[in-house]
Amino acid sequence: MQNYDLIIIGGGPAGLAAAIAAKDAGIDSILILERDRELGGILNQCIHNGFGLHTFREELTGPEYAARFITQVLERQIEYRQNTMVLSVASKKVVAMNRKDGLFELHAKAIILAMGCRERPRGALDIPGYRPAGIFSAGTAQRLVNMEGYMPGREVVILGSGDIGLIMARRMTLEGAKVKVVAELMPYSGGLKRNIVQCLEDFDIPLKLSHTVIDIEGKERVEAVTIAKVGSDLRPIAGTGERYTCDTLLLSCGLIPENELSKQAGVVLNPVTSGPIVGDNFETSVDGIFACGNVLHVHDLVDYVSKEAEAAGKAAAHYIQHGTSKAVRTIPIVPTNGIRYTVPAFVRPTEMEDTLTVRFRVDAVYKNCSVVTYFDDTMIHRKKRTIMAPGEMEQIAFKKELLQQHGKIQEIKLCIEQDSDLSDTGKGGSHA
Amino acid sequence: MRKKKIDLTCICCPLGCPISVTLEQETVTSVTGNTCPRGDAYARKEVTNPTRIVTTTVRVEGGIAPMVNVKTASDIPKNKIFDCMAALRGITVTAPVHIGDMILQNAAGTGVHIVAAKEVAAKE
Repeated sequence: MQNYDLIIIGGGPAGLAAAIAAKDAGIDSILILERDRELGGILNQCIHNGFGLHTFREELTGPEYAARFITQVLERQIEYRQNTMVLSVASKKVVAMNRKDGLFELHAKAIILAMGCRERPRGALDIPGYRPAGIFSAGTAQRLVNMEGYMPGREVVILGSGDIGLIMARRMTLEGAKVKVVAELMPYSGGLKRNIVQCLEDFDIPLKLSHTVIDIEGKERVEAVTIAKVGSDLRPIAGTGERYTCDTLLLSCGLIPENELSKQAGVVLNPVTSGPIVGDNFETSVDGIFACGNVLHVHDLVDYVSKEAEAAGKAAAHYIQHGTSKAVRTIPIVPTNGIRYTVPAFVRPTEMEDTLTVRFRVDAVYKNCSVVTYFDDTMIHRKKRTIMAPGEMEQIAFKKELLQQHGKIQEIKLCIEQDSDLSDTGKGGSHA
Repeated sequence: MRKKKIDLTCICCPLGCPISVTLEQETVTSVTGNTCPRGDAYARKEVTNPTRIVTTTVRVEGGIAPMVNVKTASDIPKNKIFDCMAALRGITVTAPVHIGDMILQNAAGTGVHIVAAKEVAAKE
């Protein structure tokens, strides 16, 4: 059995940034395990530009963004194994296999989970109709077109307006396909506004909000898809069906953190994010197992993944060098009124870094609001936001001094409050 | 004087600021709603000469991957996107490919080159 100080599961943006940070914090014995044929993770199929605006002040394509981190991993001579599938994770132990080494067991002082996320498949969406060929998740189609060089179809309907669906609407159009419509169940898009502009509006592709697929026709191959309007209960309204002939249906209906390994290891998950519950140092409920990136909660920007993973890598290094004192006081961060969750879920005021970044998502579209922080019942901070949407991650930061000044508090509460001077629409009333 | 107001969503970054541009006889007279200077520049350009970066793929021979992604080295006029795609059709490159390698010069007469945006090592 081989021993490492740190094993990182996943060589995508989170795993790479975590490895670099841990190495720079003084950990020399690191191994990255990657199941694909190359490092870089999902970035390898995200060939569109717009990555790295925050980190590098440039608009890079996904593979270029990944290359910046892969180069740093290579420069630091961090060990990695590609084409390697991890089969199980436990505290301090990883079992994996590949074609060269066969089945092998590794021991680690700390483990970082960086497996990313998966798309919600048709089976999880309860779409009626036949099950012919031609139904793909948008990300599968993206991999086929961009990495393998195959076109999944010629006439396309897309269900779901997540970013991958929007990006694929443009990509398929550029490659000569006809994208007939993008249907979105919710009254707002799940994707970034910029993607609606440059992926749909640029190519006159209609986006139908509050619509869903009610039938798929075709026994061998998709022949037609019917979409219908949904009411406020999100159920289809009779008589509103519109039939689109097509050979392909792409699904872009949300991402779910891939936590099979985490569950096996006994890591406690948050039902809202489907990712591990972590504190300010990204350590999960299992001693020495950390998590970062999309396996922890689905991010909108890779820059935030890199930042978060860097913090997790540093924290794992600290754990390896000094251990964690489990007996310290923790303060829960409680999401309320419009805030779905926070990462981290709690903070240790004596152990935390000088600044703590709390990332979260909101549950609807909010205009002219503030994100308000309470320490128990005392309002501490108001952050004005002109617009917030569920598709975009939000964040606020706390200073360590501030928490230490309020040493005795029981909880930190985050909520959304309407700014009274701008009486606009009330809670989530506007569907931008 | 003919005044025209155009509402845009800025695409310079994921903030997606809602921007209003006022035009008087095809001249931009005001830009509001942007949070940074890039938004101002984008809005002025978007209503007069809209441009985009084009990203796509070409085939690779002898590489560890069958495709390499490529991009226009800078933004090109929006109405040249499909000409650019047509100019790239049928192009195959040989591995190894490095980021920044020239794929096609002066794509579709835009004066902009198309360059590789990924490393593809040669197959061993």
